Amino acid sequence: MAKFEPVLTKNFGIDGIRTIDVYRKQGGYKTAEKVLKEMSPEKVIEDVKSSGLRGRGGAGFPAGMKWSFLPPDRKITYLCVNADESEPGTFCNRVLMEEDPHQLLEGILIAGFATKTTTAYIYMRVEFHEQFHILQKALDEAYAAGYFGKNVFGTDYSIDCYIHRGAGAYVCGEETGLIESLEGKRGWPRIKPPFPAIEGAFMKPTVVNNVETLCCVKHIFERGVSWFTSIGTDTSKGPKLYTVSGPVNRPGCFEAALGLTARDLIFGDDYGRGMRDGKKVKGCIPGGLSVGVLTEAELDCHLCFDDVRNYGLLGLGTAGAIVIPDDADIRHVLKNIARFYSHESCGQCTQCREGTNWMYKIASRIAAGAGRISDLDLLADITTNMGMMPGLSICGLPDGAAFPIRTIVQKFRAEFEEHIRNQKPGAVEAVIRKTNPAAYALPILGQRAPVGV
Amino acid sequence: MAWKALDRTKAPYDKDAAPVLSDAVREKIRSFFPRYETKRAALLPALHVVQDTLGHVSLKAMAEIAEVLEIPPSSVLDTLTFYTHFWDHEKGGKVIVGCRSLSCQLMGAEKVLDAIKSELGIDEHETTKDGKYSLITEECLAACDHGPCLLINEKLHKCVKPEDVAKILKDEKNAVIDPPRSDLFDAPKDAPPAAGAGGVGKTSDIQEMRES
Repeated sequence: MAKFEPVLTKNFGIDGIRTIDVYRKQGGYKTAEKVLKEMSPEKVIEDVKSSGLRGRGGAGFPAGMKWSFLPPDRKITYLCVNADESEPGTFCNRVLMEEDPHQLLEGILIAGFATKTTTAYIYMRVEFHEQFHILQKALDEAYAAGYFGKNVFGTDYSIDCYIHRGAGAYVCGEETGLIESLEGKRGWPRIKPPFPAIEGAFMKPTVVNNVETLCCVKHIFERGVSWFTSIGTDTSKGPKLYTVSGPVNRPGCFEAALGLTARDLIFGDDYGRGMRDGKKVKGCIPGGLSVGVLTEAELDCHLCFDDVRNYGLLGLGTAGAIVIPDDADIRHVLKNIARFYSHESCGQCTQCREGTNWMYKIASRIAAGAGRISDLDLLADITTNMGMMPGLSICGLPDGAAFPIRTIVQKFRAEFEEHIRNQKPGAVEAVIRKTNPAAYALPILGQRAPVGV
Repeated sequence: MAWKALDRTKAPYDKDAAPVLSDAVREKIRSFFPRYETKRAALLPALHVVQDTLGHVSLKAMAEIAEVLEIPPSSVLDTLTFYTHFWDHEKGGKVIVGCRSLSCQLMGAEKVLDAIKSELGIDEHETTKDGKYSLITEECLAACDHGPCLLINEKLHKCVKPEDVAKILKDEKNAVIDPPRSDLFDAPKDAPPAAGAGGVGKTSDIQEMRES
């Protein structure tokens, strides 16, 4: 196999690449000009379809397919760029926006042209302060150069682009939650159908794409569809930004063809370069928190859209690996994960709002040294009874909560059981007395022995 | 934590007091209108501008935003309380946001938070007596490669060690960011100064309800 040549990260580190002049010297905006002048929107969608580009935001839905769902007789189309990167362990969009903002803008131009977008909104999370100012400056430059606004490149295509800042809500990364938030409401995901392609922002046809997806679109037209399909595995095409964080020697964002193994990502010389301070790997969450956990023995899992499912994971996610070292207490990892989802559940669907909170409470008491063996079964039971997969919720957040908790309890069960067996005698009772004294104030409950280990 | 009920027998704010939003702020909010189909869609940018100017969004400010956007004040409260990054009560001049998600935790975020707490003498969701700093935690700040990280107003501090905390907090410029701010969300020039002058106590009732 030929050596992989990075494209998404190609311009990283070039002096002044954030300015339009330097970006143009690197061949910037030529692709967009070529596409807008020489191709029809239908041909662009056709090419993206045949390239097999799948959305990089987590769900892996084919991008070209998403665009072709738009009704043909529409007058207004909105393009929402999802830069609300809130998945723990994921930061490739941040890197893309701060290192090469014009690449994203060029991708927006091409995608906007293909979908006949009238207005594009970049929904950026508010914690990205520096990135916002960088991207806003790039956008101002692009407007001044005539790449946005009326009659782009002298064609009769016009597009406006604005940055819309979020305000700290994980659920706004869900596409309909993002649209609601864009409309100035709370970011509650909508019931689908109608899908955003039919009724999205302001009840108009809307496309929601991830930052990295749009950056890939630019390169499909720069280098051709056959180049793109030559990279990656059979069902997962193209380059992907992998990120790795946690106690590795070189945490960061690395570009590779889809199908890199988790072991390579952590130990490879081009990537994470092994563990810090002689630590060992206990486990690895390979694609953003929501996908689930791999044990040390499973690190040979290929991080592409399909192979991850053989390991009981939700999907590729965003390919942001978090490495759990052997000295980390697995109970506190579980508690941290459970807290994240109980905090970020939007509260619309009862079983998600309550279920994530129950899981947090159970995980907290396990972490406090007052767990029971039956808690592990209880956690597994909750995870199978919430979410989109049993058909109970509006959005995928409860599935994202279920997979990490279910897999961590399944794959590290022996360790949890050992911790629980080694608890001090009477620990459960002590915690119940402390947190819920009323239970012991009642005479009947007071006499009953608490449910033991 | 027990919930505190709001006192519904009194008016939530003084309706006759002078408006808190200056004309420049209102003008800035109106400048967002051409971007969206509805005026309500300008609510998030409006809240950002107001919070940037006043340091927080009080109930009175919410009512005035509602007036500019021509929506009911309850809609503003409804939206504001959903998001973690808006606050309806006074905070310190610099708000320290600690990341508490998994990557940062594995790299020792808890020790960093403890160092901040002991350095400033405050707990989470509290403000120092001189009104200089407030401390909150948020979920992932998307800077996992630099964990543990802190956000002080707009400036992201990367790879913070517990022993660095004192130095970071003493630095007067710890909230200044490298790329110059674009004037889009910047507070207008003639606006009243941001909060942080007087010491303020604990968080408001609404905040406590949200966090409990």
